[in-house]
Amino acid sequence: MSETQTERKIRTLVAKVGLDGHDRGAHVISRAFRDAGFEVIYSGLHKAPDEIVQAVVQEDVDVLGISILSGAHKTLVPAVIEGLEEYGVAEDTLVLVGGIIPDEDRAALEGAGVDAIFGPGTPMEETISYVREHVDR
Amino acid sequence: MSTPTSPQLVEDLLSGDHAALARAITTIENRSSGYRDLVSALYRHAGDTVVIGITGSPGAGKSTLVDKLAEYYRDEGMTVGVIAVDPSSPFSGGAVLGDRIRMAATAGDMDVFFRSMSARGNLGGLSTATADAVKALDAFGKDVVLVETVGAGQNEVDVVKTADTVAVLVPPSSGDDVQMLKAGILEIGDVFVVNKADLAGANKTVQELRQMLDMRDRREDDWDPRIVETVATDGTGLEDLLEAFEAHTTWLERTGQLSERRRERYAAEIRTLLRDDASGLLEREIANAGGMDALVDAVEANETDPYAIAADIVEPLEECVERHNG
Repeated sequence: MSETQTERKIRTLVAKVGLDGHDRGAHVISRAFRDAGFEVIYSGLHKAPDEIVQAVVQEDVDVLGISILSGAHKTLVPAVIEGLEEYGVAEDTLVLVGGIIPDEDRAALEGAGVDAIFGPGTPMEETISYVREHVDR
Repeated sequence: MSTPTSPQLVEDLLSGDHAALARAITTIENRSSGYRDLVSALYRHAGDTVVIGITGSPGAGKSTLVDKLAEYYRDEGMTVGVIAVDPSSPFSGGAVLGDRIRMAATAGDMDVFFRSMSARGNLGGLSTATADAVKALDAFGKDVVLVETVGAGQNEVDVVKTADTVAVLVPPSSGDDVQMLKAGILEIGDVFVVNKADLAGANKTVQELRQMLDMRDRREDDWDPRIVETVATDGTGLEDLLEAFEAHTTWLERTGQLSERRRERYAAEIRTLLRDDASGLLEREIANAGGMDALVDAVEANETDPYAIAADIVEPLEECVERHNG
């Protein structure tokens, strides 16, 4: 009866992983996501890959946005995605990476399961419409 | 992959699958179709999980305290569920759910299941969603569930009522005794926690709280609310707090209040569900009567009035009830 009144929201986790103390970008994207009507869980700084995996699983987010500027993306990002696969949630989670990713590393990250990479200067609307288009549950 | 409503989801949840538990809570939060069947199934497997509510103003230290409590329970070999409710933006409907950041002591430990929920602006529905999510954690087998929410206000008070024991955090120097009176926090708390007790003004806050609590009408066997001083960041006073929780649980059991409170809660849940259902039926009656716009037009044209319309709409329902009783 009133079960038709569903209140679906896009849930996102904005994550900082590893030894990278720059969280300005993460804050800006968190706020933009909130203003777009998404629910945003912010991980806080210096998280290990398994803490990010724990948060994605428990919070059942549609989108994981990893912000990384330390240069360690080639080890940390695949470690997170492997953890998601272990819990069987990798397929259901849209994985985005933002920050400084050299062009030559892009293919490797995409091969590891990253859905999209947004470098510096990407307009916020682009990221938000990408999420809206690709989240389907 | 099980669909949100399939019996497989309940089975996976009961077998200890964390992703299934998370998906069940999402189904509950979204009010997805079939969520009622899901909650019904969970009820059959729910047991006697201890539910503790933690509330207090923003920045009072709730999340930090929850982190320390979770660490303590884990050290005791218990499994823990946490539901942290944050407000949502009244403008965009979005929300930044930041309580998870404080979960430092138990980070990476999957036996602490931490779930952030936003208020989603739904009147009254939040407490039902929270209670249902607690049921999911209960059925999953969590020994203790902590429900954390920003106080105060009707929504929050309803949320913490889903708990057996309610702790209210009061920061030092958080205003005079009149502030405490008007916030309505005195009625809701079983345990009052003067957190950040290392700050100036803590003693005065304890005294003021004591005075206000002593002014209440209290019968012989009523619970005498405890006041505990803590410093959540370094764990000072945590043992006193746990001892107060335990004393309250003992009191609940001894006086029969535990079952009394649970009965009240079930009654409230039944009423909420029925209100939802009844208003769903009435929405259909409104559509049958030509829709809300047409009804409003009639009022505007002075042909009728809201009372007469309401009486007309509810009439078939009334007839049914009377026939049923007759």
